[in-house]
Amino acid sequence: MSTINLSIPGKRFVIGVPYTWLIVFFFLPFLILLYISFVDMGNDINPFKPIWDSETGLLSLKYENYWSIFRTAEGGALFKTLYIEAYVRSIWYALCTAILCLAIGYPFAYFIARSKPTVRPALLMMVMLPFWTSFLLRVYAWKGILADQGVINKLLLALHVIEEPIQMLYTDVSMLVGMTYVYLPFMVLPLYANLVKMDFRLLEAAYDLGASPFKAFWLVTVPLSKAGIVAGFMLVFIPSVGEFVIPSLLGGPENVMIGRVVWDEMFTSNNWPRASALAVVMIALIVVPLAIYYNSAGNAAERQN
Amino acid sequence: MKRFLEKHFSTLWMAAVFVFLYVPLAFMIVFSFNSTRQDANFTGFSLRWYEALMNDTKIVEGFWLSLKVAATAGLFSAVLGTFAAFVLVRYRRFFGRTVFSGMVNAPLVMPEVVIGLSLLLLMVGAQNVFGWPQRGMLTIIFGHSLLGMAYAMVVVQSRLMEMDRSIEEAAMDLGARPHQVFFLITLPCIAPSILAAYLLTFTLSFDDVVISEFLSGPGVNTLPQVIFGYARRGINPTIYAAATLLIVTVTVVIVSYSLWIARQTRRREREIAAAMRAETAALVQT
Repeated sequence: MSTINLSIPGKRFVIGVPYTWLIVFFFLPFLILLYISFVDMGNDINPFKPIWDSETGLLSLKYENYWSIFRTAEGGALFKTLYIEAYVRSIWYALCTAILCLAIGYPFAYFIARSKPTVRPALLMMVMLPFWTSFLLRVYAWKGILADQGVINKLLLALHVIEEPIQMLYTDVSMLVGMTYVYLPFMVLPLYANLVKMDFRLLEAAYDLGASPFKAFWLVTVPLSKAGIVAGFMLVFIPSVGEFVIPSLLGGPENVMIGRVVWDEMFTSNNWPRASALAVVMIALIVVPLAIYYNSAGNAAERQN
Repeated sequence: MKRFLEKHFSTLWMAAVFVFLYVPLAFMIVFSFNSTRQDANFTGFSLRWYEALMNDTKIVEGFWLSLKVAATAGLFSAVLGTFAAFVLVRYRRFFGRTVFSGMVNAPLVMPEVVIGLSLLLLMVGAQNVFGWPQRGMLTIIFGHSLLGMAYAMVVVQSRLMEMDRSIEEAAMDLGARPHQVFFLITLPCIAPSILAAYLLTFTLSFDDVVISEFLSGPGVNTLPQVIFGYARRGINPTIYAAATLLIVTVTVVIVSYSLWIARQTRRREREIAAAMRAETAALVQT
């Protein structure tokens, strides 16, 4: 296969432009983040100061910012800090969101994939359209729907299902509704892409061999769509962990997630080194599931070959 | 009843999910025309919230700023994303390829809070050293472009991968210079995907709150930032009016874009079919 034979300067230019951009706006900021996370805050406002000892020339990294994440101020009680709680809560909500999205999205994607080829583009378009309109505004709308004086409560009161308005806004319920709502398309699209390629004759074969619809689904369809399930799960789970807007609008004071904590450390407490340390730990938390994902994706690709 | 449920389970499920997806949009459209601030009582039709929207200087200024930011960031993203996609698809080996592809894709999975924070630190650091850039429109554009580039790259990459290379090779055989091949053959072939990438990154930028919150300076607020500020305070039907205008615009743009794409595809298929018929006719005659 021949390539466009650019002269060497031409090739350097084509590679150099995006490369330089990424070094400056992605790699360098990350290094600075790492750097600041090791700075001793002290009483200084400016976190940009050297972390090496000017007399001995040795690096003096301050692990204090990291320690304070795991240890309460009194020094004891490892892993019982507000930060750890926020991390655990973030992962918990992200997991619940991903599971809810899978439960709603899997049958949905499956039915779209099995619908007539002529209506499929229209159905997909209908999945995408809300996705294109402002995420912030759609989350905001849920506020009006779930409020004490909101549509759902008014409806339930009118139907005499309830006597008093139920508190839905600023609870786990509103958080999960908002998160599931926003991230559902991220689950549906990869699942659809996977399911639409499936050979449905395999299902017919399973029926012919006497499998019940449920058994055929469980033993044929689900294993075949594993790659789509994992992809969708990751696409929902990973951004959910760092979610900032939804907890701010729909969550209560008990629903603070780690994104919000980083924000508060940065702009309310003005503790830039700690905000950086929290962000570095957050990256580490996301790298682990990603590594698992790439590993399983790699295995799946190997099996297919 | 049970029979009916069994038979139409798939339709019912799909309908329920679509209702879920569209309820907030419908809610905002309906209540943007409400005559009072009541959020669950439709007290009468009125355009007062649209009037309030037009007279709200913060929203109007935010809108123009967002438009400028999104137009520029979309352009940066589409150009850089096309570069990156081209590099990844066409150059199999060069120094630091793994690092490069990792860096292009990373913003897709990084929480926006982390991207915003690290870029803020970069901007503050740069300001300490060079006295530039001031936090404001430019820094927001940089932030949005970084995120947009990753999305644009994915869109353009998939098109580049399925593109028929033989056209390029034919052009090269006919003596076209590399840049001629790129501008006369490759670029027109991937143009629809670049346009799609621009639309996508424009929307992402127009919609972004988190990165803007980190990178904007005092008095520089994009539309989502203004809305986010209002939204935290409570229900405000002015925002529903803004949302309705946005929903209508997006629907029109997206539907016409897909209709255009569909028509292009059909026309191309017709042309190919016509060419094949002509070829067959010529063969039959000889």
